[in-house]
Amino acid sequence: MGGFIGKRLLAVIPLFFFATLLAFILVHLSPVDPAEAYLVAAHIHPTDEILAQKRHEFGLDQPLPVQYAQFLMKMCRLEFGTSYLSNEPVWEEVAKRIPATLKLAFGSIVLAVLISVPIGFFSALYKNGIVDHTSRLIAFIGASIPQFWLGYLLIFFFSVKLDLLPVQGADTWLHLLLPSLTLAMGLIAIYSRLLRTTVLEQLEEPYVLYARTRGLKERVILGKQVLRLAISPMLTGLGMNMGKLLGGTIIVEEVFSWPGFGRYFIEAIFNRDIPVIQCYVLLSACLFIVCNLIVDLLQMALDPRISRAGGAER
Amino acid sequence: MIRAIRANFGSPQIAIACAVVLLALFLLTVLAPWIAPHDPIQVNLAHKLSPPSWEYPLGTDHLGRCMLSRLLYGARVSLGFASLIFISSLGIGLLIGTLSGYIGGWMDYVLMRFCEGVMAFPSLVLVLGLVGVFGPGLAQVVLAMVLVQWVYYARMFRGMVISLKERNFIAAARISGSSQWNIIRRHIIPNVLPPIVVMGTLEIGWAIMDIAALSFLGLGIQPPSPEWGSMIHEGKAYIRSNPELMMYPGLLILLIVVMFNLLGEALSERLGVKKRFGKDGELKWYRRSRYWK
Repeated sequence: MGGFIGKRLLAVIPLFFFATLLAFILVHLSPVDPAEAYLVAAHIHPTDEILAQKRHEFGLDQPLPVQYAQFLMKMCRLEFGTSYLSNEPVWEEVAKRIPATLKLAFGSIVLAVLISVPIGFFSALYKNGIVDHTSRLIAFIGASIPQFWLGYLLIFFFSVKLDLLPVQGADTWLHLLLPSLTLAMGLIAIYSRLLRTTVLEQLEEPYVLYARTRGLKERVILGKQVLRLAISPMLTGLGMNMGKLLGGTIIVEEVFSWPGFGRYFIEAIFNRDIPVIQCYVLLSACLFIVCNLIVDLLQMALDPRISRAGGAER
Repeated sequence: MIRAIRANFGSPQIAIACAVVLLALFLLTVLAPWIAPHDPIQVNLAHKLSPPSWEYPLGTDHLGRCMLSRLLYGARVSLGFASLIFISSLGIGLLIGTLSGYIGGWMDYVLMRFCEGVMAFPSLVLVLGLVGVFGPGLAQVVLAMVLVQWVYYARMFRGMVISLKERNFIAAARISGSSQWNIIRRHIIPNVLPPIVVMGTLEIGWAIMDIAALSFLGLGIQPPSPEWGSMIHEGKAYIRSNPELMMYPGLLILLIVVMFNLLGEALSERLGVKKRFGKDGELKWYRRSRYWK
């Protein structure tokens, strides 16, 4: 068990390095010189003299490996440079916006679990019944619908037609409902079907038969034993879905004018605010890596078979 | 896993119907310049937001432009560039993945670590980051998407090639003196073709959604050129008075993606892709990584 954890932790290190390397390369792929981009964004007329001075200030006149080493050092100290646009440190601006994005992501995960677990469970218990067929249809559409359009559809029905929920803003939990639902839809589509499949698989297992012969109540078997094992693939899914969720927050924040990190990132793209872009890409990769790590460890705690098999079955 | 979602939807009749509709749509986009009733970017403020009529079958938008013509021309962008992205990233992925898997060695090692590294990033975030440094525009979006997508294909084809390489008929070909290039061309590529067809149908649907999403954010095609994502973006301001402005393009995207998905599912059934790359096969791996991304 300890070996598994150690191996899993070690595997993370090269990924982090690669993430920083890619974020570093990203800037050097830009057809625009960062010094020039800075001057344009700051509305300073670029003369050769100022340009050379800025290039020196950014360390652009150093050889690439040195630049990368400096970049790494700065990242470790959470120094992402200053935004070209506002001249504020990027990290401060970002730290202000991260809570809103986390709230949104968290809300959608909670919503997805709350909706998809009962649906998936009932679809499995009453296989090919009404719930099963409806949920299949919903899942199919949910997996094919463009997120931004779904957002407007929800706004249209709940805010414009029924006038139940507020359209924009982020003040109360009511504001959180529509954006989270938009973001959760794709997850609901996947999880409800995934849970159905795994519950059906689990019901075939001998331990269920054994529990039934022992005369355990059906509720206990399902709630305590089946659910516990059926939840495990969902956890893997959650880890892998972090990327989708992150991409989704960008779009959903734009649709609902949610004051989060994703919208800041889009603004930065329009302004070629390279430090912000770099920061977003790097942080999201780190988040993705860490989430997958946590999920793997959690899963191991839930299902000891994994660590015993050396984590081969993933 | 997505298969579970699709079970029961993959009957041949539905698939044929989807194929016919998609083909018709494709034809419509090719013929758009001849059948569109109006110029899609012709502004006519006298007719703005007019209801459907004989002259404007689907009404007009906030600048008096014909909705039907805009939708038709928008389909050109969506379908055309989605296909372009798919074909280019597939081509690169196929070439690099096959070579990497077939030749092996340190090149294989380096390439695959690179692919894994790229996959550690959420793909939309990476595409947006690339667009961020390249600057907004359709060409940049296409380039960024190809740069990110090929990795997934390369990874998949490499796996397929490695599993094929060990098979007897390849060994037989090698013993009978076929050149490496001949083996790749005559034995390996035909074997990986069916999964490509299946992937193509699924992948184009996803590419359409991604292009629309980026255009919606204002990073893809620039106004006044019509594109479904940007049409939704423009239509959102009129969600109270004229919701149909954002309804039509969204419905079209949904419809096309659903049809591509149905078709892909039926094709994978028909071509026996599931059988060949079944329980632990590469296609399953590929699907998992794609849909859970």
